[in-house]
Amino acid sequence: MFQSPTVRTSFIFLAIALVGLLFADIAITASNPWRDLGNFFFGVVTPNFFSNEGLMTALLRTVSFAFVGVALGSISGFLLALVYRWLPVRILCAFVRAIHELFWALIFLQFFGFHPLTGVLAIAIPYAGIFAKVYSEILEEADPEPGRLLPPRTGVISAFLYTKIPDCWVQLRTYTAYRLECGLRSSAILGFVGLPTLGFYLESAFSQGHYSDAGAMLILFYVLIATMPLWVKPKLLPAYILGAPFFLGEGLPIVWSNVGRFFTQDIVPSPLRGEEGWAGMGAWLGDMFINQAMPGIWNTVILTQVALVATGIIALLAFPLISTHFGGPVRRTSGHVFLVIMRSTPEYILAYILLQLWGPSMLPAVVALALHNGGIIGHLIGRQSSTIRLRPDAPNGLNRYTYELVPRVYRSFLAFLFYRWEIIMRETAILGILGIYTLGFYVDSAIQNIQFDRAMVLILITASLNIGVDVLGRFIRRKLALQTMPTC
Amino acid sequence: MAGFDLSGLTASFGGERVIGPLSLKVKAGEQVALVGKSGAGKSTLMRLIHQHVNRNSSLVPQELGLVNALPVFHNVFMGQLDQHGNWYNTVTLMRPFSRDKDKVRELLKALGMAEKLWIPTASLSGGQRQRVAIARALYRSAPLLLADEPISALDGPMAHQVMQLLKDRFSASVFALHDVDMALAYCSRIVGIQDGQIALDEPAERLVASDIMSLY
Repeated sequence: MFQSPTVRTSFIFLAIALVGLLFADIAITASNPWRDLGNFFFGVVTPNFFSNEGLMTALLRTVSFAFVGVALGSISGFLLALVYRWLPVRILCAFVRAIHELFWALIFLQFFGFHPLTGVLAIAIPYAGIFAKVYSEILEEADPEPGRLLPPRTGVISAFLYTKIPDCWVQLRTYTAYRLECGLRSSAILGFVGLPTLGFYLESAFSQGHYSDAGAMLILFYVLIATMPLWVKPKLLPAYILGAPFFLGEGLPIVWSNVGRFFTQDIVPSPLRGEEGWAGMGAWLGDMFINQAMPGIWNTVILTQVALVATGIIALLAFPLISTHFGGPVRRTSGHVFLVIMRSTPEYILAYILLQLWGPSMLPAVVALALHNGGIIGHLIGRQSSTIRLRPDAPNGLNRYTYELVPRVYRSFLAFLFYRWEIIMRETAILGILGIYTLGFYVDSAIQNIQFDRAMVLILITASLNIGVDVLGRFIRRKLALQTMPTC
Repeated sequence: MAGFDLSGLTASFGGERVIGPLSLKVKAGEQVALVGKSGAGKSTLMRLIHQHVNRNSSLVPQELGLVNALPVFHNVFMGQLDQHGNWYNTVTLMRPFSRDKDKVRELLKALGMAEKLWIPTASLSGGQRQRVAIARALYRSAPLLLADEPISALDGPMAHQVMQLLKDRFSASVFALHDVDMALAYCSRIVGIQDGQIALDEPAERLVASDIMSLY
């Protein structure tokens, strides 16, 4: 079995995660975690939809920010996709998508303040980078033959509209719709940094112990995402996109002097601002590397590796829940509901809830990342396994799982897992804002201490780390000849 | 310029010479049939000619090159995208003009599939798809036709109808055909290809089917 490169790679990653566990800070520190968890679940089953009229406003804002942000991101991403062959464009896109929406929000908050523009750009910018990449990949896959048959003097635009767009239309539409769902999740968590979306509402409900309010919010969010096929219709889209900007709320006005100050003073490294000049840069950078960047990178990498393997285990355990090769319709339906809840809950919200219940450590983060990402991969693999046709006398139960199904889906399972490696790392870094010592923690503390120069450098380090893992993940996928479609 | 005069045509695939060097001259008014075993290099030669005449020809490639998501009308209309500006083509994509619709419908009627005008080509049968590619070549109405196995998926009467139509509409044409009787019936000149070289080049009236069979 160890001859197979996929199996060997899996065990190497498992070993790394086990070693990582020795160093990881895994603990339940809350005094009575199970009572809190019980209270929370009680809150979810006794949701209170009417305690606060803010809930509906938060829902409306969440949808509006998602629509405006994703629409802007998709238009800019499409334009960028047309020039994606150009190296500087590719680098720019890789860079903007390596920075998490919440980091973008934190940056814009410093100079636009609580203006709607902050939330819109926080979604639109990273999404533009992702759209550009995926759109350009889709357009590249279009059949080149019809283009070669066109009369020689055909205009570039006509050729593009007739030979490229129709061929890719379905894929472009599917991917954009899927991204809109991701946008709703992104929009919801923007509330955690103070924008008026669901995350804000959830945080205040939690901090006051109003678990039934929090439960109502989560249920509405699932309903919103689960019913998307019903209310996101091609004919209604223009109305949504044109209408959404009017429902973003007033926010606070932009103070333009803050914008100027941010770029000319705040983000200039402090030695350059003061007396020391370039001579002080070495000490400044060194101090930051030893006290912030290094521990941040260390914890981010450990947590990512542990969460990656935990994600894999959850996905492998979860996919039979929806596979047609196991169980009856009742089990499959409940499996579907379970996986929909897992993958619709943004990992940030999951981590926030678990952190409230179990106290600060890496454990809530690992569990949240593994449940969310494992839910997504389990869903994809489960669906794929249902398309496999087994011989009539195939074994049942565990033997069917181990001999017939896992070997058949393992390659695509690994492909999805390595595809999500970079996403897991991006999320791991951002979970630091919740108080786990990953890079996000150090970025957030630098911002709290009004050291925007440090925050910017740390964000750049986070982005480079993500790009590095992305490149490594792609290298491994190519080495093992694994192929996959993008997931968010 | 309906004909062409090409010399020194060569093509290599994976470092191996598959065509030529060979010369081929086709005059206006000629219908040339390229015959030979599959793999002899007919399709490659077809593509070479297409490039060498700077794509100024109506081409029916073997793999048809249809945009599957678009209806029959737009696939045919694509033969004249160079005749209109971008705005005209863009509007046509959403709402075709009636004179274009009439012209395309007329063509499809001659090919026996006028009722398929608005069907996406993805849902057509193999023979219907082949006729869409032929309609596109006719609509393009370049003086030279290059058609690679244009009737391979058509049944007897339809195959004859199409060959007659193509013969009438283009002042010069080159067909790659594996059906020797069709080649003799509709072409004025037979060029046999063997191992990437011209092994036979005679007027059709001087040949009978058995002369050509030696190439196979």
